[in-house]
Amino acid sequence: MIKFDGVTKRYPGGFEALKNVSFEIAQGELAFITGHSGAGKSTLLKLAAAIERPTTGSVIVNGQNVGKMRQSGLPYVRRNFGMIFQDHKLLYDRNVFDNVALPLSIVGTTGREAGKRIRAALDKVGLLSREKAAPITLSGGEQQRLAIARAIVSRPAILVADEPTGNLDESYARDIIELFQSFHEVGVTVIIATHDAKGIAQRGEQILSLEQGVLK
Amino acid sequence: MIYHWFRSHWHAFILVLKKVRNAPIANLLMAAVIGATLSLPAGLYLLADNIRQAAGDITIEPQISLFLSLNASDSAAKALEHRLKENTGIKDFSFVSKESAWQEMQRNNTVADTGLEKNPLPDAFVIHPKDTEPQAVDKLQKELSELPNVEHTLLDAEWVKRLYVLLQMSTKAVVILTSLLGFALVAIIGNTIRLQIMTQRDEIEVSRLIGATDRFIRRPFLLAGLLHGFAGGLMAWLFVYIALYIFNASVQDLALLYSADFRLHMLNGQASLMLLGGAAALGWLGAFLAVNRSLAELKTKSK
Repeated sequence: MIKFDGVTKRYPGGFEALKNVSFEIAQGELAFITGHSGAGKSTLLKLAAAIERPTTGSVIVNGQNVGKMRQSGLPYVRRNFGMIFQDHKLLYDRNVFDNVALPLSIVGTTGREAGKRIRAALDKVGLLSREKAAPITLSGGEQQRLAIARAIVSRPAILVADEPTGNLDESYARDIIELFQSFHEVGVTVIIATHDAKGIAQRGEQILSLEQGVLK
Repeated sequence: MIYHWFRSHWHAFILVLKKVRNAPIANLLMAAVIGATLSLPAGLYLLADNIRQAAGDITIEPQISLFLSLNASDSAAKALEHRLKENTGIKDFSFVSKESAWQEMQRNNTVADTGLEKNPLPDAFVIHPKDTEPQAVDKLQKELSELPNVEHTLLDAEWVKRLYVLLQMSTKAVVILTSLLGFALVAIIGNTIRLQIMTQRDEIEVSRLIGATDRFIRRPFLLAGLLHGFAGGLMAWLFVYIALYIFNASVQDLALLYSADFRLHMLNGQASLMLLGGAAALGWLGAFLAVNRSLAELKTKSK
């Protein structure tokens, strides 16, 4: 489903975030990307989700070479992904419901059908009773779950989460990981980046360990 | 495909309307500013149009008087008459001899006032040109003044010519004013849209990250620009209409004094459509320029 082949990402200024990284994540797999902050986890996720393009090497998503695609084609690749950003990137000028509605409006789903799916997503993360709330009034854990609801509402094939347990206490973090497990169990490909290897359940999942941009 | 186009635009339209509802006063002021801007060229156009129509109603035939030199002989007058007959630009002409003009003057008792004892008048031809267009008449006059033994030509209805020139000037003024204020309109709307984009930066950024196309992001802003322009055009129409209404009361009073029935008329259907359509198009253009610039800026910033 996602294949990196000799991928190097160099940012303007010469900093190499990733050096010659190769790996493959199969459909339906749950994969962890670990490493210290600054090891290149976020860069790897951005490349996988077609938000950025590799400097050299190839990134193949669903058989499409992201690096060789035209700029105008990238949005459509991105729609395969449910993105959970490290800083959540929630929109604070609208309520919980409208935050989750954003990905649906992008693909043109609105009205009653959208409402059904938004409530289903909110139900899944346990925020159904808060749909009218402003995101700013939510706790850290609730905001995290809102971000997850927004990522899953369009039923993406691949779920990508950048440090989803970052600022949460341990029991909360376990809940979130379990939530991801449940998506994995229904066949969604899940990629989670975390600096905290302790929280990772060891059930034979693929673990990609990054160290200063190099895969160990 | 068309269904999808219509639906996505409908959604963008709803989105824009919601924003207008959230800030009705600001949007009304915006429309009023654009309306005031556009009402200047629209009003000038209307004025020129009214004058042109009024001038069109007055069908005064231009008339060229051709005065022969005093010492011109009868045979010279005959020769001239022959040449006038041959000229294809002349509809008809009549000869006024110096004697008949003198008699006419004496009949009117104007001679006694001037104290003239001898006939000072030359022979003359009164000519009606075939083509009454100012340029054509001008050309004919010039042509005639170069004929032998012609001392002087006089074109009456000179004021019609001046009016035509004035109208031509006013048309040019409308064009210039429209271009200038059109440019202002593009700038005003572009700036407004830019501000809107800035307040929605987060939304644009997130939308991009999760798969929104540029077209999707652009759509509501372009529509907003279009609607701003259209609303401004509507306002301009209204302003001009109100101004006309106020003026017409006085114009009718004035016309009554000249025992004429004259009133200023409003922009016709075509001109009204031009105003609304033009304003909407300029609004769209302003938004288009602003969105493209802002999106390019945001793109480089997010990388």
